[in-house]
Amino acid sequence: MPIKFPFSRRAAPSDAWTKCPACDAQVFNKQLERTSRLCPECGHHFRMSVGERIDLLLDPNSFEERDAGLEAVDRLGFHDDRSYSHRLEASQVKTGLRDAVVWGIGRIEGQRVAIGIFDFRFMGGSMGAVVGEKLARCFETALDERIPAVVVSASGGARMQEGTLALMQLAKTTAPLARMDAAGVPFIAVLTDPTTGGVLASFASLGDVILAEPKALIGFAGARVASDTVGEEMPEGFQTAEFLLAHGFVDAIVPRGELRTTLSRLLRLLPAAPIDDGLLTDAERAWGPIGALSGLAERVGGAVSETIGIDVDALDSGNGSRPTGTAAKPRPGEDQS
Amino acid sequence: MSEGPLIVDAAPPSPEAIEAAWRRVQLARHPQRPRTLDLVPLIFTGFFELHGDRAFGDDAAIVAGPALLDGRPVMVIGHQKGTDTESHILRNFGSPHPEGFRKAQRAMRLADKLGLPVVTFLDTAGAFPGPAAEERGQAEAIASSVKLMTGLQIPIVVVVLGEGGSGGALAIGVGDVVLALENAVYSVISPEGCASILWRSRDEARTAAAAMRMTADDQVELGVVDAIIAEPGEGAHTDHEATAGAVKAAILSALRRLTASETDALLATRYARLRGMGAYLETGAGRIRPPEAPSLRRRIGRILHLPGVPRRPRWSEIWPSDGNDDESERGA
Repeated sequence: MPIKFPFSRRAAPSDAWTKCPACDAQVFNKQLERTSRLCPECGHHFRMSVGERIDLLLDPNSFEERDAGLEAVDRLGFHDDRSYSHRLEASQVKTGLRDAVVWGIGRIEGQRVAIGIFDFRFMGGSMGAVVGEKLARCFETALDERIPAVVVSASGGARMQEGTLALMQLAKTTAPLARMDAAGVPFIAVLTDPTTGGVLASFASLGDVILAEPKALIGFAGARVASDTVGEEMPEGFQTAEFLLAHGFVDAIVPRGELRTTLSRLLRLLPAAPIDDGLLTDAERAWGPIGALSGLAERVGGAVSETIGIDVDALDSGNGSRPTGTAAKPRPGEDQS
Repeated sequence: MSEGPLIVDAAPPSPEAIEAAWRRVQLARHPQRPRTLDLVPLIFTGFFELHGDRAFGDDAAIVAGPALLDGRPVMVIGHQKGTDTESHILRNFGSPHPEGFRKAQRAMRLADKLGLPVVTFLDTAGAFPGPAAEERGQAEAIASSVKLMTGLQIPIVVVVLGEGGSGGALAIGVGDVVLALENAVYSVISPEGCASILWRSRDEARTAAAAMRMTADDQVELGVVDAIIAEPGEGAHTDHEATAGAVKAAILSALRRLTASETDALLATRYARLRGMGAYLETGAGRIRPPEAPSLRRRIGRILHLPGVPRRPRWSEIWPSDGNDDESERGA
């Protein structure tokens, strides 16, 4: 317990400044808030809270949180130097979050998306049953509404305090992605510092497009576990976003300042497939023979439509504008113990 | 999912619990415990091993191929540990590289194409964590394997033989029925790995093993494993043939049940099984706020209706970053 004398000058609170781990500059925290948590000296990407991410990526006032009330349960009765319930409570008070993921519906430059965002400050962004459930619901909603899903990950992996039930979240979050494939609904994964372990070994590696922030730590095994097991030091630069790009596991490294516009571009390029009732005709496929013709017709103008006798209404963009009857979605019932 | 007590504040595992859990871990790792290739000839006939992932190489830590089970073809996939120094090295101690999981995926696709049921045997400490595995996409290989299994249009029976180690086990461990030998263990991370992260010492592996509740019995209680296959005598290592007989009977009974159901029902049940994994509470949507008063400027601003103050707060004001960026807790 530090002793404080009533007359001593109060030092500036120690959290007013943060030292940049990349260039050692002392950065004023207020400044970090203004720069989307980028180091003004060297551009280092500091980790962001889920709130900052929402403000960064989504149109103002467009985000509606879903399933905010989900809360973890200590199913195992886990205790290391503290009990799991104790750790949960400490993280909840520290972050104001109930668990490590927030999900909801929002808009990115007008385009509706189902988006899940991790907050690393909540128990290292670890994935337990609540994170898995929220992401599964996020994907299922994307599937039902035929809107793209986006997940911004920042996680150490599966939450050890939930044992194999945490491991099973890998399968729980991955299963809906197989359904989205069948239904033609896109999923974009955004990997931020750090994305490792069970999160990388499930949905995060399965984006139709995978983006990563510069120099983010991304890898399967934590460096400590890896060097303990393998008994060798890991090479420099191994497990960075750049390493994954070089080895073909991410599509692009996108600096934070360009993330929103990049996502918006991708969402326009990769809309959900137009229809899923088994009646999809060639005319509705942008690159089917007639689709290509109608594309031409659109460019040339209405005159062509009369001469070749086809309807040249603009193609449906598929962004949630149609009711659908897709994949049955079993909601888990009363799941809690 | 099975009902269990809602524990409010857990205590550390008792010395007896630690002893019991560690005994199981040691039995699961027993050097004479039957491996996949010990059991395959005792359970199936005509096993034809497939090699290679058609992209990079062949990984001897995973074996796969078609075989006959009571005269009917099935696809067999399993981790394979070694028995002596030479085979330990060949099999990389049962820890697959990405090409192992990709070979397994190849075998699963073939089974799917021909309608063969898939039987998998889990026995690995975990997927290999080295640099070569990272370079070739270990995480992607596991993720795509799991995803593939969730959608296979054929019955899948999973048997945990020894160690069910984390993602490396789950990569071939998504099934319609998951069985475990009595002394098998299943965990999210190895007890040594868990101990080195949470207890900051590998010496606490025994405690971590108990805390993670990794024994087969615990897994049945958690709903991860559906049923236990009893082992002969002191354990499976004492009698491979009796073990194989018990495993075969369990696989046959599971497959009889599964092959009776329609594909759609099979897939819906598999999906629901996975969706139901894990416990959580669905509470009211109220938000937990950090105990912190609004700033003086905002409080005055609200009273005086200063321009720009009485507005909806930005999300970053509701959930701001802390000053420091140093959370060191990790998962697996």
